Parts: sequence; C-alpha cells; structure tokens
Amino acid sequence: MPTDLGTGLPPHCTALPRAASRPIPQIPEENSMTITDYSPAAPATPQAPPTPAQSGLRESATFDRATIADIQRAASTGIYDIRGWGAKRRLPHFDDLLFLGASMSRYPLEGYRERCNTAVVLGDRHASKPLHLDIPITIAGMSFGALSGQAKEALGTGASAVGTSTTTGDGGMTSEERGHSKTLVYQYLPSRYGMNPDDLRRADAIEVVLGQGAKPGGGGMLLGQKITERVAAMRTLPVGIDQRSACRHPDWTGPDDLEIKIGELREITDWEKPVYVKVGASRPYYDTALAVKSGADVVVVDGMQGGTAATQQVFIENVGIPTLAAIPEAVRALRDLGMHRKVQLIVSGGIRTGADVAKAMALGADAVAIGTAALIALGDNDPRYQAEYEALGSTAGFYDDFQDGRDPAGISTQDPALSSRLDPVEGGRRIANYLRVLTMEAQTIARACGKSDLRHLEPDDLVALTVEAAAMAKVPLAGTTWIPGAPSSTGVVV
Amino acid sequence: MTAVVQSTAVADPTGTVRGTGPVTATSTATVVDLAATSVRELNAALHDQADPTRNWIITHPAGRHNIAVGIDRDVTLRVDGHVGYFFAGMHQKGEVTVHGNAGQGLAENIMSGRVHVTGDASQSAAATGHGGLVVVEGNASARCGISMKGVDIVVGGNVGHMSAFMAQAGRMVVCGDAGENLGDSVYEARLYVRGQVASLGSDCVEKPMRQEHLAELAELLVSAGRDEDPADFRRYGSARTLYHFHSDNADAY
Amino acid sequence: MCGIAALQITNPALRPQLGSLLNTMLCEVIERGPDSAGIAVYDNPALTDPDTTVLSLLGGEQALSPAGLASALERELPEAEVTVEVLGDTTFVSGQASSTELTAALETVLPGRDIIGRGRHVAVMKGVGNPRDVAEHHGLTSMTGTRGVAHTRMATESAVTAAGSHPFSVADDLCLVHNGSFSNHATIRRDLERQGVVFDSDNDSEVAARYLATRLTAGEELESALEHLGTVFDGFYTLVVTTRDGMAVVRDPISCKPAVVAVTDDWVAMASEFRALADLPGIDHAHVFEPEPGRVYTWRA
Repeated sequence: MPTDLGTGLPPHCTALPRAASRPIPQIPEENSMTITDYSPAAPATPQAPPTPAQSGLRESATFDRATIADIQRAASTGIYDIRGWGAKRRLPHFDDLLFLGASMSRYPLEGYRERCNTAVVLGDRHASKPLHLDIPITIAGMSFGALSGQAKEALGTGASAVGTSTTTGDGGMTSEERGHSKTLVYQYLPSRYGMNPDDLRRADAIEVVLGQGAKPGGGGMLLGQKITERVAAMRTLPVGIDQRSACRHPDWTGPDDLEIKIGELREITDWEKPVYVKVGASRPYYDTALAVKSGADVVVVDGMQGGTAATQQVFIENVGIPTLAAIPEAVRALRDLGMHRKVQLIVSGGIRTGADVAKAMALGADAVAIGTAALIALGDNDPRYQAEYEALGSTAGFYDDFQDGRDPAGISTQDPALSSRLDPVEGGRRIANYLRVLTMEAQTIARACGKSDLRHLEPDDLVALTVEAAAMAKVPLAGTTWIPGAPSSTGVVV
Repeated sequence: MTAVVQSTAVADPTGTVRGTGPVTATSTATVVDLAATSVRELNAALHDQADPTRNWIITHPAGRHNIAVGIDRDVTLRVDGHVGYFFAGMHQKGEVTVHGNAGQGLAENIMSGRVHVTGDASQSAAATGHGGLVVVEGNASARCGISMKGVDIVVGGNVGHMSAFMAQAGRMVVCGDAGENLGDSVYEARLYVRGQVASLGSDCVEKPMRQEHLAELAELLVSAGRDEDPADFRRYGSARTLYHFHSDNADAY
Repeated sequence: MCGIAALQITNPALRPQLGSLLNTMLCEVIERGPDSAGIAVYDNPALTDPDTTVLSLLGGEQALSPAGLASALERELPEAEVTVEVLGDTTFVSGQASSTELTAALETVLPGRDIIGRGRHVAVMKGVGNPRDVAEHHGLTSMTGTRGVAHTRMATESAVTAAGSHPFSVADDLCLVHNGSFSNHATIRRDLERQGVVFDSDNDSEVAARYLATRLTAGEELESALEHLGTVFDGFYTLVVTTRDGMAVVRDPISCKPAVVAVTDDWVAMASEFRALADLPGIDHAHVFEPEPGRVYTWRA
C-alpha cells in the first residue's frame, strides 16, 4: 500500500489502488527478447545469478512484463488505468529527422554573431492586439488544479522573463497566474470550469480547446485527490469527487456553430484578443482547414506525445497521430487556403530540445508549445526524490501518476506540504534557463542552415532517417530524393 | 451608430413582460435599429462603461447572432423580435428581455443579472451559467441548463432532452414537461418539474420536496413572474453514485 | 457543416411564391456554409412535367449545344421527344423515357456527366461559391412549386466541388440534405458498393442518400427507411428528405446539430436557424419546435 504522506486526503483516495498496484519497474535482463519501457541494463557481474535468458527462459514480445502487469492490475481493480504524461510508446519523431546544414551551395550565418530572429507575432489576422512574443516557444495549457500554485507561478515568471506566453487550463484562471504571466492565453474548454467574462477580458488571447494530443475526442479528468476546497470552488464541484470533464462544448458542435462562437468571444472582448483553436492531432488537414474557415487567428495542433494530467492509459497510447505526422498536414491545409503564416500554427507534443523546435518550425510551424518538458525542467522525475517515487510504486524517470496528487516534486499536486517543496522563484529561473537554451539551440541550427529568422527554416533543410519519418514528415530519406507516398499525399482526397 | 440611434421617451421599456422588476414609467431609452446598425457597434456601445444610457431598445434583430453579449453594467435592454445564437452570452448585472424567440446558447455562461425571453429558446439555453436568472416563457429545447454552475432557470413550457446534463449547481424550474434523460450526471443542481418527466438520466433521482424546497421554488416562481403552485412540482437531483470511479458503475460510464 | 432550408407548401395559392420564400430562407443560412450550395425545386412547370423524366446535369455548358445534345439523345431514344434547357449552371434534359433509359443514353452521348437530379417532379441546381449567387444564377426567386430544399455547405472531410454539394438526388424524385457528419460512412459505403451501388462523390452524405434510395427502391416506406438509417449510421446529423409527395426531417439520437420546424395550415418549413423561418407568411401563428432526437417527422403534401 502507498505510504501515507499525512496529506489529509479524504479516505476514498486510497480506495482504488492506482499507482500502488503498478509494478516497481525492474531492470531488464541482458538478453531480454523484448523492447521494454525500461532503461538500459547494467552489465551483469560475474557473481550475479544466471539471468532468465541464460536459464533458457524467454519473454514474450506480445505479453511482455508491462502488459502482464496491466492485465493483472485490471483483473484486481476492475477499472482502467488512469495516468498522466503522453504516449510512452516509441513513435516516429523529430529524432528521425536531420538538418542538412550549409556548406558550399548554401552559406551559413556566423553562429555567435549574426542575427537570427526568434520573435513572432501571433494572431494578427483579426485581433486588434495580437501577441508579440520574443521567442516562438510557449508554455502549453496546464490547469491550476492539475498543477500546484507554485508550479503555475514558476511557469509564469519563467516564461515572462524570456518574453513568451503561458496558458491556463481546464479549471479557470487564478489571480496569481494572471499576475505572474506577462502574456497569458486563456483556455475556453468544454467544461467551462471557472469560465468568467472578467478573466476573458483580462486575458491576452483566447484558446478554444477542442481536444489535446494525449486524448483527441476525450474530455478532461481530475481525480478526487486533487479536488481540494479551492479547486472545487473554482470549478463549482463538490470537494473530493472524481471530476469528469465534458469532451464536447455544451453550446456548439461543428465548424458552422464554431464560427458563431468565435464571433461571440470576439464581440465580448471587442475584437481585441487573438482567438486560437486547439485540436488534438487526428485529422489535422481537415481540422486546420475548418478552424481557419471558422475564423481562428491561430491554430494549435497537439500531437499524441502531448501530455495530460490524467487520462485512461488506453486512450493516451492508442488515439491520435504523432506530432511529426501532424505538422505537414496542418501546413498543407493552411497552404491550400492561402493562409500559411497568416493564420499562425503552434505545434506541441514531444518538444524537448532546440533541435525539436527547429524541426517543427522547418516543417512549417510558427511556434511551438511545451508542457511535459517544462515540468521536467521544474523538477519532475528528479532522481533526488528516488526514495519517494519508489514508495509510490514508481521510480525516477518513470513517474507518471500526475492524477494521483502525491507528486514528490510538488508539481502535479494540490497537497500543501508537497507543493511547498517547489520554490517558485527557483522554478521560474529554471524555466527561463530552459527556454533560453531551447531558443539558442534552435538559433544555432538555423544559422547553420543560413537562416536569419527561425521561420525561414523550411522542409528542404530536412532529411529523414527512416522510411516512416520520411513518409510522415514528407521530406526525403537521407541521401535520396525519395519521399514515400509523395504523389498521392499532396492534395488528393481519398 | 450616430445616425440611427435616437433617444425616445417610452412609457414602459420592458413592455408587459411579467416579473421584470421595477421600471421607470417615463424613462428615456436609446433605440438601436439593427437593420441599420451592426451588432458589433451595438455591443461596443453596450460595453462602454462611460456611456450613461441605462435603457436600450433593440429593433429588427432578425435572428442575428451574438446580440448583447458581454454586458457588464446595470442596463435595461429590450429586444423587439427574434435573436440568434448566444444572445446575452456571459451576461452580467443588467436586465435584458427578448420579445420573441432566442437561438442556441441563450445567455450561455451568464454570471448575474437577468435574461428573459417571452417566446421559445433553442438548445443549450443558459449553458454553464454561473449565476443570475434566465426566464423562458415558452419552451426551451434540448440540453437546457447543460453544465449549469449556479444559474437559476425558469421555463414556462417544456424542456427538451438531456436538460440539466452535468448540471453542477443552481436551480432549474420547469413548469411544463421535461424530455428524455433529465439531469443525466447531475451534480448538486436542484431540478423542479411540474409536468411529466419522460425519463431520468444516469444518477438523477426524484427527491422529497421538503419545506425549504417549496420555499425556494416559490421564490423562484415569483421572481420569474409566474403563478404556478409550488405544491404541484416534484424535485429531482443527484443520487451521487457516480461521484467516484468504481467498476460497479461501468454500465453508467 | 451546413445550413439547411426546406419548405413544403400545402396551400396551392402560395405555390407561386415557393422560390422567393425559399430564397429568403436560403439567404439566412449562408454563413453556415459559404463554400457552395444546392437547391431542389419540386413541380415547377417550367422545369418539370409529370409525364416526362428530367435529368439535372451539372454545368450550364456541355460539350454539345442544347440542340445538338437533344438530337443526339433522340437518336438513342427515338420515341423520347427529348428537350434540353440550360438554366444558370445547370442543364436540364427531359424526355419521355425512364430515368434509367435517359441516363444510359446520356452516358453514350456525353460520358461522365454529373447527374445531380432525376425524376418527373424535381429539378436540382448546384454551384460553388456564395449560395446567394447560385440561387440568383438559377432564378430561384421566380420559381413556383410544391416544395423545395436549399443547402449551404462548409465542406468537412471532402472536396469543395459542385458535385459534392447537397442535395443528393440518387433516385427518382428523392433528395437528401444533411448537416453534421457521419462517423461510420466508409463502411456503409463499402457495403453498398458490394451490392453494386455506384457513387458519384466522396461525400458522407451521399452514402446516406444511396442507403435510403436502396431501401426505398426495395419497397420500404420512407419513415421506416429513415428509422433503419438511424440504427445503421453513427454520427451527428440533421437530415431533410424530400420525395414526390412529401418531406421528412430526422435528427440523430444526440441531436447537436440545429434544426427548427414550423408548421401552419399553409406550409411546413424546416431550417437550421429560426431566423430563416422568421419571414414566412403566418410564422407568428405557426407551431414552432425543434425535432426530438431520433424521431422521424414526415409531412405529406
């Protein structure tokens, strides 16, 4: 059973074994036949007992140990596994792309001296006050409730320090959050928890959320452990219940109604604020085109690696498409409508490094958003909490029980004792540092490709390492001119 | 708006609508003709906190969308005719009345004040409303009060299917009948229905009508200008069996 | 995603106004579907005659002149007395033959034409661009008739083409328009194709039209066929179906897409938004309601 942290949680919070019922990951055997979730094995010492493989035992690739544990967990609890984080399965990703760089045919810019612009304007199609960001890396929507107040503060101060935006989440806007974020995007979600016209007016942009990459077609979820009195009051819910958010907006369905809804939001805010439309990546060509037709200023496409605070694992791992596959389709829709760069595209889902930023932008994004990476920068999965992760049935590097409210790092929790572990000032500094590194890394690559602006990166700067990535990103396999599927993947509706 | 706005003395800016509260018998109203003025201009004027106009009359709405959204001051506004989607969306403070029908999402996310429709309201009336009072004298169709979060809703006629779906807080009074699946997944909202209920949704049950319920219902009916007898109503609310995930509830998920 | 306006006139005195009333309704739902539009008008003596089959062809200009097309068709069907008329972006081919015979002859003479309407009562017109212009090109306001349906389209998962516009008229005097999107249409399309049904477009709504036509052709009543459709098709939809003698409206069991119906002794009308009904004569005394989920409503002329 989980360690009682003395958090004063309601008794039901321990009624359903979640994290505790999941196995503590073990280091795989050296000759294991299966690809597992686990980190590389330490070499077996001569004194070690024979491994299962050495004993002639063979692990099933289909029923590997994680699968067996999942089945056992399901059989013992009778309810599906709910967890945080995004898809953990291996997917074609930015790692499968490489930049070509300049040499003879193209000239690079001086890496430390010559200008490479990172600033971007978002939402100048209809809004009288578009956002002017210094860097094209924004903080994705994460709610107060899913995250502690300290975590939200750190994200706000860190992002503001480097001139970029943060985003609210499914639960409304707090005054602290507004205060700490120079540029704040207010999410307009199906649940409308805490939806308030005063907050709408004091936001810098409005993001109409249709879905997120971790769960396109699904609603939000916040389990009772995190529904404290303040969170409950913000969402008008009884304290301690398992909150299940709606997956569809309550007063409109479809792009014909969305056009009217966007009109309403613009009218209420006197046409000042940019209106974003965020979709989970599933059919990005159609979704992007329809968002544009509905009047969006900015389209946000979140790939399936995008994180969540709590969703069914089966959903996270099996619904949606990888970020890599989503970007070219969204860009194709914008180009077909003559709106690329006029309606800006923000891409999220698995952005970790400046190389990822540069690759997303080379594929046609105007900006990116980070979520999980920002939490890691704040201290999520830090090895210094190893003992506590183990007590929760996890380990550093594997912890994904953001739904559980017992985050040792004080990030995905509402417990005062835990959240006080996160120093928001230090956290803000770490976020600013991380964002600066991402920006400088992206600039380094852009200059090497001869670009004086991150948005001058283009698909032609990229090649793919795998056939899958080449097909999805629609760039050639390295050393060839071959883009698998190219003739039928441009504009032909099947 | 200069050319088409005129100030006019009106005997009773709120007409004969019941229960709209006290009105000044000789108040002056600004008349805005939407055949000549855009909704955008109207809304901008309504948002202007420096504008001293308290009484507004809107003519020729012609079912346009987003009329009078985002009001945040103490105005009295009357619309002569039918309005489209999201009329009085996110309304605060003022009192607005439509002499006609209202389209989808009437007074969605209303915070305070009062929105009154003499005719029918389309689906999702008062959706996610946090406070205030929404009165529909005629029928309200599907999903009336969906995800309501504290608003009071009084419907003179019937409500459609899935009304009070996921209703979190507030009160809904239906003087006529309720369609299928009333109060599905209701949280702490209280529902009062005078006529037939076609069926109750998941986790919605009939509850005893105690004295305090009769009293609050009587107050709601009076504030909506209605004369039904609270004793003729039945009360519905959450059985609270779906508040926590449990495998025994799998049929309801 | 779309706007729908449909009107069936029961009082013969109002029939000369069908086109102008329908045009007014259409103009109120343009914003819901600015990409393209389609219109069907029943029993307009200028376009249809109960003794003659009319095919509505996409395009006002064909490879043959109207007279050339008529004589070419008469060579194929010597008894048919074919006439060809062009109105706006539509060519109407009439002849005393069945629609199957006329279609076969047309395929011989002008292969690969988009036939957007067929029957002895209905004329169908479609076009890309602002729906107001599509109506104007075809002179809708001056048309008389018994019933009509107009549709404005914002394409969701298929191309913006005139052929992809609604209504879908895939059997004699049957028209279907749709607002919403089906979520299992591809499987139903494959099932129908296996039965030999041929499709004209990649549109999900055409699948519903073909499904309905298949059942009606097999002798099923419209109400029953629509009820079956509701058990087979998944997704969000408001459908309006018109036939030579009536009109039907049905919404899916969740009913998110809008629909408002108004009924008087003189007419029955349905639209995506009330404002499209607001100028109909006698609307103040009409019975106005929003169709209940999953329930089939039919009105016979």
